[in-house]
Amino acid sequence: MTISLPIETEYCSIPVAIAKSWRLHVFNGKALPLAESDTGLDRDRLNALIAAVAERQDVEAFEILYKHFVPKVRSYMMRFSGDRVIAEEMAQEAMLAVWKKAAQFDPARGQASTWIYKIARNMQIDALRRGPRPTFDPNDPAFVPEDVEAADIEFDREQDAERLRAAVFALKPDQIDVLRMSFYEEMPHSAIAAALKIPLGTVKSRIRLACEKLRSALKENQK
Amino acid sequence: MIAHHLVDDLLIDYAAGILAESWSIGVATHLALCPICRKRLDDYEGIGGHFLECEEAPSSDAGDWNDMLARIRSSKPDAAVVPTRSADELLPQPLRSYVETAGGLKWRKLPGGAARMKIRTSDRKATIMLLKIPAGQSVPEHSHGGLELSVVLSGRFHDGNALYGRGDVEIADGSITHQPIATTDAECICLIIMDSPLKFTSRLVRLIQPFLGI
Repeated sequence: MTISLPIETEYCSIPVAIAKSWRLHVFNGKALPLAESDTGLDRDRLNALIAAVAERQDVEAFEILYKHFVPKVRSYMMRFSGDRVIAEEMAQEAMLAVWKKAAQFDPARGQASTWIYKIARNMQIDALRRGPRPTFDPNDPAFVPEDVEAADIEFDREQDAERLRAAVFALKPDQIDVLRMSFYEEMPHSAIAAALKIPLGTVKSRIRLACEKLRSALKENQK
Repeated sequence: MIAHHLVDDLLIDYAAGILAESWSIGVATHLALCPICRKRLDDYEGIGGHFLECEEAPSSDAGDWNDMLARIRSSKPDAAVVPTRSADELLPQPLRSYVETAGGLKWRKLPGGAARMKIRTSDRKATIMLLKIPAGQSVPEHSHGGLELSVVLSGRFHDGNALYGRGDVEIADGSITHQPIATTDAECICLIIMDSPLKFTSRLVRLIQPFLGI
């Protein structure tokens, strides 16, 4: 199944190299997001592969997942550890956790790449001991779980994940930059300000504005 | 039903991993009790997933599949855990671990029947404590030098505007002067995080404030 994001930005003159790094395809002056299927692994396929690992420890399925994600996870780890050997080791450990925890992935709760991102993130936080990150425990007796959701609410959650991706694509480049630096690279605001050569206050307001746009894009599509 | 949720700024900073430890405990405590805010967190974490997908790695990088194969062959998948739920458990994780590390729940009495337990973290900039207010009683009226975050763990309090019950979050700053009062039917236990001492209205309370530790 092909999934393409139904967003077109206006005519823009971004250089092709930059467009590619933002996963955009410049065609006739319009920037269109690359369809997920261009990567060869769309959402349904990813979910099916993880399910195969969860249900029957399917090594071939896992190999496909591994080859798709480990380069990305390695690049991610390199952002936190300049040491290539350590980054590769952390990436291996993260993919091992994907193998072991496959049964815990619930496609109705979000996208596979977000689930793998969270595994990778927890791995680098633990491995690099950057300080405790207090978090809730779904197996805790005091934890209040989600109500069993109706099928239509489950569907909405899947749609939300796609809408969020589309909404990120639709942001201005400087907003995408601050989101990436704060949510993904976990840079403190002061480091973002220094990197982008903008005032500290601007960093915070730009992040806030970007998040507001994402939230209203999510709400828009719910009408 | 939780009616009072986390403000976006807190959730955004928590999702981005830059929220200090004490405040993160407060946020995580609410999240343990609130599926709605967890969904908001999921949305923000989806941003991370998006950027992971966008990573462009050199096509020569195929990882080390043989090493991976060796690791999975010598591992076992995690067993599926079926969690038991208990309505009696006062302290959600991660808060419970912090209290257990401190040797368990130990209340230190305050004048007027209230009690508190300070919780140690590696975060020196904020104070985090459990506060127990007897039924029908109040914390003396106060404002705030900085920010104060309260998460109700049991019972309820009224702050002059609204009622707060288990899981509800109240966040207050210097612009707010309030006097939370526990409802008459039960004592109220809250998790409180603040980055500056409280500013009590009553001069008498201010005099003994150093002894209260709040």
